[in-house]
Amino acid sequence: MARQGRPASAPGLLARLDALARAAVPGVTTALGMILAAAPVGLPSILPAVGLAGVFFWSLFRPGSMPAPVAFGMGLLQDLLGFAPLGIGVLTLLLTHAAALRLRRVLAKQSFLLVWLAYCGFALLAVGIGYVLQALLAWQVPSTTPAIAQLGLTIGLYPLLAWLMACVHRAMQRAEALA
Amino acid sequence: MIRLSIPLRQALARLSVPVLIAAAFGTMLLGKADTVLVERSRMAVADLLAPLYAVAAEPIGAVRQVVSEAHVLLNLREESSRLREENDRLHRWQAAALALEAENALLRRQLSFVPDPAPQFRTARVVADAGGTYARAVLIATGPYLQVQKGQVALDERGLAGRVTEVGGRSARILLVTDMNSRIPVVLEGSRARAMMVGTNGARPRLQHWPSGMQPQAGDRVVTSAESATFPAGLPVGIVRIGETGWPEVELFAQLDRLDLLRIFEFGLAGILPPEAVARPDPTIRPRR
Repeated sequence: MARQGRPASAPGLLARLDALARAAVPGVTTALGMILAAAPVGLPSILPAVGLAGVFFWSLFRPGSMPAPVAFGMGLLQDLLGFAPLGIGVLTLLLTHAAALRLRRVLAKQSFLLVWLAYCGFALLAVGIGYVLQALLAWQVPSTTPAIAQLGLTIGLYPLLAWLMACVHRAMQRAEALA
Repeated sequence: MIRLSIPLRQALARLSVPVLIAAAFGTMLLGKADTVLVERSRMAVADLLAPLYAVAAEPIGAVRQVVSEAHVLLNLREESSRLREENDRLHRWQAAALALEAENALLRRQLSFVPDPAPQFRTARVVADAGGTYARAVLIATGPYLQVQKGQVALDERGLAGRVTEVGGRSARILLVTDMNSRIPVVLEGSRARAMMVGTNGARPRLQHWPSGMQPQAGDRVVTSAESATFPAGLPVGIVRIGETGWPEVELFAQLDRLDLLRIFEFGLAGILPPEAVARPDPTIRPRR
Protein backbone atom coordinates (compact mmCIF):
# COMPACT_ATOMS: atom_id res chain seq x y z
CA MET A 1 0.00 0.00 0.00
CA ALA A 2 1.50 3.33 -0.99
CA ARG A 3 1.55 5.63 2.01
CA GLN A 4 1.99 9.33 1.65
CA GLY A 5 5.03 10.78 3.37
CA ARG A 6 4.33 12.88 6.41
CA PRO A 7 5.40 16.53 6.45
CA ALA A 8 8.63 17.06 8.36
CA SER A 9 7.13 19.05 11.24
CA ALA A 10 4.70 17.31 13.58
CA PRO A 11 1.13 18.24 12.58
CA GLY A 12 -0.79 20.42 15.00
CA LEU A 13 -3.99 19.42 16.76
CA LEU A 14 -6.27 21.09 14.23
CA ALA A 15 -4.48 19.47 11.30
CA ARG A 16 -4.82 16.11 13.01
CA LEU A 17 -8.51 16.63 13.71
CA ASP A 18 -8.92 17.65 10.11
CA ALA A 19 -7.21 14.50 8.86
CA LEU A 20 -9.22 12.37 11.25
CA ALA A 21 -12.48 13.92 10.06
CA ARG A 22 -11.44 13.38 6.46
CA ALA A 23 -10.60 9.75 7.16
CA ALA A 24 -14.02 9.26 8.73
CA VAL A 25 -15.98 10.73 5.82
CA PRO A 26 -16.30 7.56 3.68
CA GLY A 27 -17.55 5.40 6.52
CA VAL A 28 -19.88 8.01 7.96
CA THR A 29 -21.43 9.03 4.63
CA THR A 30 -21.95 5.39 3.63
CA ALA A 31 -23.60 4.60 6.97
CA LEU A 32 -25.78 7.70 6.72
CA GLY A 33 -26.77 6.84 3.17
CA MET A 34 -27.72 3.32 4.27
CA ILE A 35 -29.81 4.64 7.15
CA LEU A 36 -31.64 7.08 4.89
CA ALA A 37 -32.11 4.35 2.26
CA ALA A 38 -34.16 2.41 4.81
CA ALA A 39 -36.74 5.20 4.93
CA PRO A 40 -40.08 4.19 3.43
CA VAL A 41 -40.44 5.79 0.01
CA GLY A 42 -42.48 3.02 -1.56
CA LEU A 43 -39.55 1.61 -3.52
CA PRO A 44 -38.15 -1.85 -2.99
CA SER A 45 -35.28 -1.75 -0.53
CA ILE A 46 -32.30 0.20 -1.84
CA LEU A 47 -30.33 -0.34 1.36
CA PRO A 48 -28.02 -3.15 0.08
CA ALA A 49 -27.40 -1.19 -3.12
CA VAL A 50 -26.16 1.82 -1.15
CA GLY A 51 -24.01 -0.32 1.13
CA LEU A 52 -22.37 -2.22 -1.71
CA ALA A 53 -21.70 0.90 -3.77
CA GLY A 54 -20.15 2.68 -0.77
CA VAL A 55 -17.88 -0.19 0.22
CA PHE A 56 -16.83 -0.85 -3.39
CA PHE A 57 -16.11 2.78 -4.27
CA TRP A 58 -14.16 3.64 -1.14
CA SER A 59 -12.24 0.35 -1.08
CA LEU A 60 -11.18 1.12 -4.63
CA PHE A 61 -10.34 4.81 -4.42
CA ARG A 62 -9.60 5.44 -0.75
CA PRO A 63 -8.77 2.11 0.87
CA GLY A 64 -7.11 3.84 3.82
CA SER A 65 -10.49 5.19 4.89
CA MET A 66 -12.43 1.97 4.25
CA PRO A 67 -10.45 -0.71 6.11
CA ALA A 68 -11.88 -4.18 6.62
CA PRO A 69 -13.33 -3.45 10.10
CA VAL A 70 -15.32 -0.54 8.66
CA ALA A 71 -16.64 -2.79 5.89
CA PHE A 72 -17.58 -5.28 8.60
CA GLY A 73 -19.41 -2.52 10.47
CA MET A 74 -21.29 -1.50 7.31
CA GLY A 75 -22.37 -5.11 6.82
CA LEU A 76 -23.54 -5.38 10.41
CA LEU A 77 -25.51 -2.15 10.03
CA GLN A 78 -27.14 -3.49 6.87
CA ASP A 79 -28.13 -6.71 8.64
CA LEU A 80 -29.45 -4.95 11.72
CA LEU A 81 -31.48 -2.46 9.67
CA GLY A 82 -33.14 -5.26 7.72
CA PHE A 83 -34.98 -8.37 8.75
CA ALA A 84 -32.71 -10.88 7.03
CA PRO A 85 -30.65 -13.46 8.93
CA LEU A 86 -27.61 -11.86 10.55
CA GLY A 87 -24.25 -12.17 8.78
CA ILE A 88 -25.30 -12.02 5.13
CA GLY A 89 -24.49 -8.34 4.68
CA VAL A 90 -21.31 -8.71 6.74
CA LEU A 91 -19.94 -11.49 4.56
CA THR A 92 -20.91 -9.99 1.19
CA LEU A 93 -19.53 -6.54 2.02
CA LEU A 94 -16.31 -8.00 3.45
CA LEU A 95 -15.76 -10.13 0.35
CA THR A 96 -16.51 -7.11 -1.85
CA HIS A 97 -13.99 -5.09 0.12
CA ALA A 98 -11.30 -7.77 -0.14
CA ALA A 99 -11.84 -8.31 -3.87
CA ALA A 100 -11.93 -4.58 -4.63
CA LEU A 101 -8.69 -4.18 -2.71
CA ARG A 102 -7.08 -6.94 -4.77
CA LEU A 103 -8.19 -5.41 -8.05
CA ARG A 104 -7.57 -1.79 -7.23
CA ARG A 105 -4.18 -1.60 -8.92
CA VAL A 106 -5.91 -2.46 -12.20
CA LEU A 107 -9.30 -0.89 -11.71
CA ALA A 108 -8.49 2.48 -10.14
CA LYS A 109 -6.84 3.69 -13.37
CA GLN A 110 -9.69 2.67 -15.66
CA SER A 111 -12.46 4.82 -17.07
CA PHE A 112 -15.80 5.08 -15.29
CA LEU A 113 -17.49 2.76 -17.76
CA LEU A 114 -15.03 -0.07 -17.13
CA VAL A 115 -15.28 0.39 -13.37
CA TRP A 116 -19.04 0.21 -13.68
CA LEU A 117 -18.74 -2.95 -15.74
CA ALA A 118 -16.53 -4.48 -13.05
CA TYR A 119 -19.04 -3.33 -10.47
CA CYS A 120 -21.76 -5.22 -12.38
CA GLY A 121 -19.74 -8.38 -11.80
CA PHE A 122 -19.33 -7.53 -8.12
CA ALA A 123 -23.06 -6.85 -7.80
CA LEU A 124 -23.93 -10.13 -9.49
CA LEU A 125 -21.66 -12.05 -7.13
CA ALA A 126 -22.85 -10.16 -4.05
CA VAL A 127 -26.53 -10.68 -4.86
CA GLY A 128 -25.84 -14.33 -5.71
CA ILE A 129 -24.01 -14.93 -2.43
CA GLY A 130 -26.78 -13.12 -0.58
CA TYR A 131 -29.39 -15.31 -2.26
CA VAL A 132 -27.57 -18.55 -1.48
CA LEU A 133 -26.91 -17.54 2.13
CA GLN A 134 -30.51 -16.48 2.57
CA ALA A 135 -31.65 -19.86 1.27
CA LEU A 136 -29.20 -21.70 3.55
CA LEU A 137 -29.79 -19.68 6.71
CA ALA A 138 -33.57 -19.53 6.44
CA TRP A 139 -33.64 -23.10 5.04
CA GLN A 140 -36.22 -22.04 2.49
CA VAL A 141 -35.72 -21.19 -1.17
CA PRO A 142 -36.64 -17.51 -1.62
CA SER A 143 -38.23 -16.36 -4.86
CA THR A 144 -35.81 -14.93 -7.41
CA THR A 145 -37.79 -11.79 -8.23
CA PRO A 146 -36.53 -9.70 -5.28
CA ALA A 147 -32.97 -10.83 -5.99
CA ILE A 148 -33.26 -9.71 -9.62
CA ALA A 149 -34.84 -6.43 -8.53
CA GLN A 150 -32.00 -5.92 -6.07
CA LEU A 151 -29.42 -6.64 -8.75
CA GLY A 152 -31.06 -4.13 -11.11
CA LEU A 153 -31.21 -1.49 -8.40
CA THR A 154 -27.65 -2.13 -7.31
CA ILE A 155 -26.30 -1.75 -10.83
CA GLY A 156 -28.62 1.07 -11.84
CA LEU A 157 -28.01 3.22 -8.79
CA TYR A 158 -24.22 2.99 -9.00
CA PRO A 159 -23.61 5.85 -11.48
CA LEU A 160 -25.57 8.30 -9.31
CA LEU A 161 -23.95 7.14 -6.07
CA ALA A 162 -20.49 7.02 -7.68
CA TRP A 163 -20.94 10.56 -9.00
CA LEU A 164 -21.83 11.79 -5.51
CA MET A 165 -18.95 9.91 -3.94
CA ALA A 166 -16.55 11.11 -6.64
CA CYS A 167 -17.50 14.71 -5.79
CA VAL A 168 -16.69 14.04 -2.14
CA HIS A 169 -13.48 12.27 -3.12
CA ARG A 170 -12.31 15.20 -5.28
CA ALA A 171 -13.16 17.70 -2.55
CA MET A 172 -11.10 15.63 -0.11
CA GLN A 173 -8.19 15.46 -2.55
CA ARG A 174 -8.28 19.24 -2.95
CA ALA A 175 -8.27 19.66 0.82
CA GLU A 176 -5.34 17.28 1.10
CA ALA A 177 -3.41 19.18 -1.55
CA LEU A 178 -3.92 22.38 0.43
CA ALA A 179 -2.97 20.85 3.76
CA MET B 1 -2.19 6.22 18.49
CA ILE B 2 0.14 3.27 18.90
CA ARG B 3 3.03 3.32 16.48
CA LEU B 4 3.75 -0.06 14.97
CA SER B 5 6.58 -1.06 12.74
CA ILE B 6 5.70 -1.17 9.06
CA PRO B 7 6.07 -4.98 8.57
CA LEU B 8 3.88 -5.60 11.62
CA ARG B 9 1.32 -3.17 10.29
CA GLN B 10 1.30 -4.87 6.91
CA ALA B 11 0.96 -8.27 8.53
CA LEU B 12 -1.98 -7.01 10.61
CA ALA B 13 -3.63 -5.50 7.54
CA ARG B 14 -3.21 -8.78 5.68
CA LEU B 15 -4.60 -10.76 8.58
CA SER B 16 -7.58 -8.55 9.28
CA VAL B 17 -9.64 -9.66 6.28
CA PRO B 18 -9.49 -13.44 6.98
CA VAL B 19 -10.10 -12.85 10.68
CA LEU B 20 -13.09 -10.65 9.93
CA ILE B 21 -14.48 -13.15 7.42
CA ALA B 22 -14.29 -15.78 10.15
CA ALA B 23 -16.06 -13.28 12.41
CA ALA B 24 -18.75 -12.91 9.74
CA PHE B 25 -19.42 -16.65 9.89
CA GLY B 26 -19.42 -16.25 13.65
CA THR B 27 -22.18 -13.63 13.46
CA MET B 28 -24.16 -15.98 11.23
CA LEU B 29 -23.92 -18.73 13.83
CA LEU B 30 -24.76 -16.25 16.56
CA GLY B 31 -27.78 -15.06 14.61
CA LYS B 32 -28.98 -18.65 14.29
CA ALA B 33 -28.19 -19.59 17.90
CA ASP B 34 -29.35 -16.58 19.88
CA THR B 35 -32.38 -14.98 18.26
CA VAL B 36 -33.21 -12.99 21.38
CA LEU B 37 -29.84 -11.24 21.30
CA VAL B 38 -30.25 -10.43 17.60
CA GLU B 39 -33.74 -9.11 18.23
CA ARG B 40 -32.49 -6.94 21.09
CA SER B 41 -29.64 -5.50 19.05
CA ARG B 42 -31.98 -4.83 16.11
CA MET B 43 -34.37 -2.97 18.35
CA ALA B 44 -31.47 -1.08 19.97
CA VAL B 45 -30.35 0.12 16.52
CA ALA B 46 -33.92 0.97 15.59
CA ASP B 47 -34.45 2.88 18.84
CA LEU B 48 -31.22 4.78 18.26
CA LEU B 49 -32.27 5.75 14.75
CA ALA B 50 -35.95 6.45 15.43
CA PRO B 51 -35.40 10.20 16.16
CA LEU B 52 -33.31 10.50 12.98
CA TYR B 53 -36.09 8.92 10.95
CA ALA B 54 -38.61 11.21 12.61
CA VAL B 55 -36.55 14.22 11.43
CA ALA B 56 -36.17 12.77 7.94
CA ALA B 57 -39.88 11.95 7.74
CA GLU B 58 -40.83 15.51 6.72
CA PRO B 59 -38.66 15.82 3.59
CA ILE B 60 -39.34 12.21 2.63
CA GLY B 61 -43.05 12.84 3.06
CA ALA B 62 -42.73 15.88 0.81
CA VAL B 63 -41.02 13.82 -1.89
CA ARG B 64 -43.70 11.16 -1.68
CA GLN B 65 -46.37 13.85 -1.83
CA VAL B 66 -44.92 15.26 -5.06
CA VAL B 67 -44.75 11.81 -6.66
CA SER B 68 -48.31 10.90 -5.73
CA GLU B 69 -49.52 14.37 -6.81
CA ALA B 70 -48.02 13.81 -10.25
CA HIS B 71 -49.78 10.45 -10.44
CA VAL B 72 -53.08 12.04 -9.47
CA LEU B 73 -52.75 14.78 -12.07
CA LEU B 74 -51.96 12.25 -14.77
CA ASN B 75 -54.94 10.06 -13.99
CA LEU B 76 -57.43 12.78 -13.09
CA ARG B 77 -60.01 12.03 -15.73
CA GLU B 78 -59.90 8.26 -15.33
CA GLU B 79 -60.02 8.59 -11.58
CA SER B 80 -63.07 10.82 -11.57
CA SER B 81 -65.08 8.49 -13.79
CA ARG B 82 -64.04 5.56 -11.61
CA LEU B 83 -65.06 7.45 -8.49
CA ARG B 84 -68.43 8.40 -9.96
CA GLU B 85 -69.12 4.78 -10.78
CA GLU B 86 -67.93 3.66 -7.35
CA ASN B 87 -70.04 6.32 -5.68
CA ASP B 88 -73.16 5.01 -7.41
CA ARG B 89 -72.35 1.51 -6.28
CA LEU B 90 -71.64 2.64 -2.72
CA HIS B 91 -74.95 4.49 -2.57
CA ARG B 92 -76.71 1.26 -3.36
CA TRP B 93 -74.64 -0.50 -0.71
CA GLN B 94 -75.40 2.19 1.81
CA ALA B 95 -79.10 1.58 1.36
CA ALA B 96 -78.53 -2.16 1.78
CA ALA B 97 -76.35 -1.60 4.85
CA LEU B 98 -78.91 0.64 6.51
CA ALA B 99 -81.62 -1.93 5.93
CA LEU B 100 -79.39 -4.70 7.30
CA GLU B 101 -78.40 -2.61 10.31
CA ALA B 102 -82.02 -2.05 11.20
CA GLU B 103 -82.77 -5.73 10.78
CA ASN B 104 -79.70 -6.66 12.81
CA ALA B 105 -80.69 -4.38 15.66
CA LEU B 106 -84.15 -5.93 15.64
CA LEU B 107 -82.78 -9.47 15.77
CA ARG B 108 -80.27 -8.58 18.47
CA ARG B 109 -83.01 -7.18 20.63
CA GLN B 110 -84.85 -10.47 20.36
CA LEU B 111 -81.76 -12.56 21.18
CA SER B 112 -80.43 -10.33 23.96
CA PHE B 113 -77.08 -10.51 22.14
CA VAL B 114 -74.02 -9.14 23.98
CA PRO B 115 -71.96 -7.21 21.43
CA ASP B 116 -68.14 -7.30 21.39
CA PRO B 117 -66.61 -4.21 22.96
CA ALA B 118 -65.36 -1.69 20.43
CA PRO B 119 -61.62 -2.27 20.06
CA GLN B 120 -59.15 0.38 21.20
CA PHE B 121 -56.52 1.50 18.80
CA ARG B 122 -53.60 3.91 18.63
CA THR B 123 -52.16 5.35 15.48
CA ALA B 124 -48.43 5.19 14.80
CA ARG B 125 -46.29 6.56 12.01
CA VAL B 126 -44.32 4.23 9.79
CA VAL B 127 -40.76 5.55 9.84
CA ALA B 128 -38.70 2.97 8.00
CA ASP B 129 -38.84 0.00 5.72
CA ALA B 130 -37.34 -2.68 7.93
CA GLY B 131 -37.56 -5.57 5.51
CA GLY B 132 -34.59 -5.76 3.22
CA THR B 133 -34.54 -7.85 0.08
CA TYR B 134 -36.07 -11.07 1.37
CA ALA B 135 -38.47 -9.85 4.06
CA ARG B 136 -41.44 -7.54 4.34
CA ALA B 137 -41.52 -5.52 7.52
CA VAL B 138 -41.82 -1.89 8.59
CA LEU B 139 -40.67 0.07 11.59
CA ILE B 140 -43.09 2.31 13.48
CA ALA B 141 -42.18 5.08 15.89
CA THR B 142 -43.66 4.55 19.33
CA GLY B 143 -43.02 6.39 22.52
CA PRO B 144 -44.18 6.87 26.07
CA TYR B 145 -47.63 7.86 24.82
CA LEU B 146 -47.94 4.74 22.70
CA GLN B 147 -47.28 1.44 24.37
CA VAL B 148 -47.09 -1.40 21.89
CA GLN B 149 -46.91 -5.07 22.74
CA LYS B 150 -45.77 -8.05 20.82
CA GLY B 151 -48.59 -9.77 18.98
CA GLN B 152 -50.79 -6.71 18.56
CA VAL B 153 -52.49 -6.32 15.23
CA ALA B 154 -51.71 -3.50 12.80
CA LEU B 155 -54.22 -2.25 10.23
CA ASP B 156 -53.92 0.58 7.79
CA GLU B 157 -57.02 2.58 6.96
CA ARG B 158 -58.40 -0.20 4.76
CA GLY B 159 -57.46 -3.57 6.16
CA LEU B 160 -55.07 -5.90 7.91
CA ALA B 161 -51.40 -4.99 7.38
CA GLY B 162 -49.44 -7.13 9.84
CA ARG B 163 -48.60 -7.75 13.44
CA VAL B 164 -46.08 -6.48 15.94
CA THR B 165 -43.14 -8.86 16.24
CA GLU B 166 -40.41 -6.86 17.97
CA VAL B 167 -40.77 -4.06 20.45
CA GLY B 168 -38.14 -1.56 21.53
CA GLY B 169 -38.21 1.56 23.64
CA ARG B 170 -38.98 4.03 20.87
CA SER B 171 -39.87 1.83 17.96
CA ALA B 172 -41.51 -1.45 17.04
CA ARG B 173 -41.20 -3.74 14.07
CA ILE B 174 -44.24 -4.96 12.22
CA LEU B 175 -44.07 -8.11 10.13
CA LEU B 176 -46.32 -7.52 7.14
CA VAL B 177 -48.75 -10.20 5.99
CA THR B 178 -46.89 -10.44 2.67
CA ASP B 179 -43.70 -11.64 4.39
CA MET B 180 -42.60 -15.18 3.70
CA ASN B 181 -42.83 -16.04 7.40
CA SER B 182 -46.33 -14.70 7.85
CA ARG B 183 -49.15 -17.20 8.38
CA ILE B 184 -52.59 -15.77 9.05
CA PRO B 185 -55.68 -17.87 9.77
CA VAL B 186 -58.50 -16.52 7.63
CA VAL B 187 -62.10 -17.27 6.80
CA LEU B 188 -63.69 -16.91 3.37
CA GLU B 189 -66.72 -14.84 4.12
CA GLY B 190 -69.04 -16.40 1.58
CA SER B 191 -68.55 -20.09 2.35
CA ARG B 192 -67.22 -19.73 5.96
CA ALA B 193 -64.39 -22.04 4.89
CA ARG B 194 -61.21 -21.65 6.93
CA ALA B 195 -57.84 -21.33 5.28
CA MET B 196 -54.30 -20.12 5.91
CA MET B 197 -53.01 -17.00 4.20
CA VAL B 198 -49.32 -17.56 3.53
CA GLY B 199 -46.99 -14.69 2.63
CA THR B 200 -44.71 -15.13 -0.37
CA ASN B 201 -42.82 -11.80 -0.28
CA GLY B 202 -44.88 -10.88 -3.36
CA ALA B 203 -47.72 -8.40 -3.38
CA ARG B 204 -50.40 -11.07 -2.99
CA PRO B 205 -50.22 -13.75 -0.29
CA ARG B 206 -51.48 -17.22 -1.17
CA LEU B 207 -54.29 -19.23 0.34
CA GLN B 208 -53.52 -22.73 1.55
CA HIS B 209 -55.13 -25.55 3.53
CA TRP B 210 -58.78 -24.88 2.79
CA PRO B 211 -61.21 -27.75 3.50
CA SER B 212 -61.57 -30.15 0.59
CA GLY B 213 -64.40 -29.33 -1.75
CA MET B 214 -64.45 -25.68 -0.72
CA GLN B 215 -62.13 -24.24 -3.36
CA PRO B 216 -61.84 -20.46 -2.85
CA GLN B 217 -63.57 -18.62 -5.66
CA ALA B 218 -62.32 -15.39 -7.21
CA GLY B 219 -64.13 -12.45 -5.62
CA ASP B 220 -64.70 -14.04 -2.19
CA ARG B 221 -64.05 -11.64 0.65
CA VAL B 222 -61.37 -12.79 3.09
CA VAL B 223 -61.49 -11.86 6.79
CA THR B 224 -59.40 -12.96 9.76
CA SER B 225 -60.38 -15.96 11.81
CA ALA B 226 -60.19 -16.14 15.58
CA GLU B 227 -58.83 -19.69 15.26
CA SER B 228 -55.41 -19.15 16.85
CA ALA B 229 -56.59 -16.56 19.40
CA THR B 230 -54.10 -14.07 17.97
CA PHE B 231 -56.51 -12.22 15.72
CA PRO B 232 -60.06 -11.20 16.41
CA ALA B 233 -62.52 -12.62 13.91
CA GLY B 234 -63.74 -10.56 11.01
CA LEU B 235 -60.96 -8.03 10.35
CA PRO B 236 -61.03 -7.16 6.66
CA VAL B 237 -58.09 -8.73 4.80
CA GLY B 238 -58.77 -8.78 1.07
CA ILE B 239 -60.43 -10.43 -1.88
CA VAL B 240 -59.63 -13.79 -3.47
CA ARG B 241 -58.05 -13.61 -6.92
CA ILE B 242 -56.85 -16.54 -8.97
CA GLY B 243 -53.15 -16.06 -9.68
CA GLU B 244 -51.30 -16.79 -12.91
CA THR B 245 -50.41 -20.27 -11.70
CA GLY B 246 -54.03 -21.02 -10.91
CA TRP B 247 -53.40 -20.80 -7.20
CA PRO B 248 -55.86 -18.69 -5.18
CA GLU B 249 -54.25 -15.50 -3.89
CA VAL B 250 -55.50 -12.64 -1.76
CA GLU B 251 -55.60 -9.12 -3.12
CA LEU B 252 -55.13 -7.15 0.08
CA PHE B 253 -57.25 -4.18 1.04
CA ALA B 254 -54.26 -2.66 2.81
CA GLN B 255 -51.89 -0.70 0.58
CA LEU B 256 -48.68 -2.20 1.84
CA ASP B 257 -46.49 -0.45 -0.72
CA ARG B 258 -47.35 2.98 0.65
CA LEU B 259 -47.92 2.63 4.33
CA ASP B 260 -47.53 5.83 6.29
CA LEU B 261 -49.84 5.46 9.26
CA LEU B 262 -50.82 2.24 10.97
CA ARG B 263 -53.54 1.62 13.51
CA ILE B 264 -52.28 -0.65 16.28
CA PHE B 265 -55.21 -2.47 17.83
CA GLU B 266 -55.45 -3.77 21.33
CA PHE B 267 -58.09 -6.44 21.18
CA GLY B 268 -57.62 -7.55 24.74
CA LEU B 269 -56.63 -11.02 23.63
CA ALA B 270 -54.10 -11.10 26.45
CA GLY B 271 -57.06 -12.04 28.60
CA ILE B 272 -57.53 -15.20 26.58
CA LEU B 273 -53.87 -16.09 26.25
CA PRO B 274 -51.91 -16.35 29.48
CA PRO B 275 -50.59 -12.80 30.06
CA GLU B 276 -46.92 -13.81 30.03
CA ALA B 277 -47.33 -15.37 26.59
CA VAL B 278 -47.92 -11.89 25.21
CA ALA B 279 -45.40 -9.97 27.27
CA ARG B 280 -42.33 -12.17 26.97
CA PRO B 281 -40.37 -12.56 23.74
CA ASP B 282 -42.12 -15.37 21.96
CA PRO B 283 -39.85 -17.38 19.64
CA THR B 284 -42.83 -19.25 18.20
CA ILE B 285 -44.38 -16.18 16.66
CA ARG B 286 -42.62 -16.29 13.32
CA PRO B 287 -42.24 -19.93 12.38
CA ARG B 288 -45.84 -20.94 12.93
CA ARG B 289 -47.07 -24.40 12.28
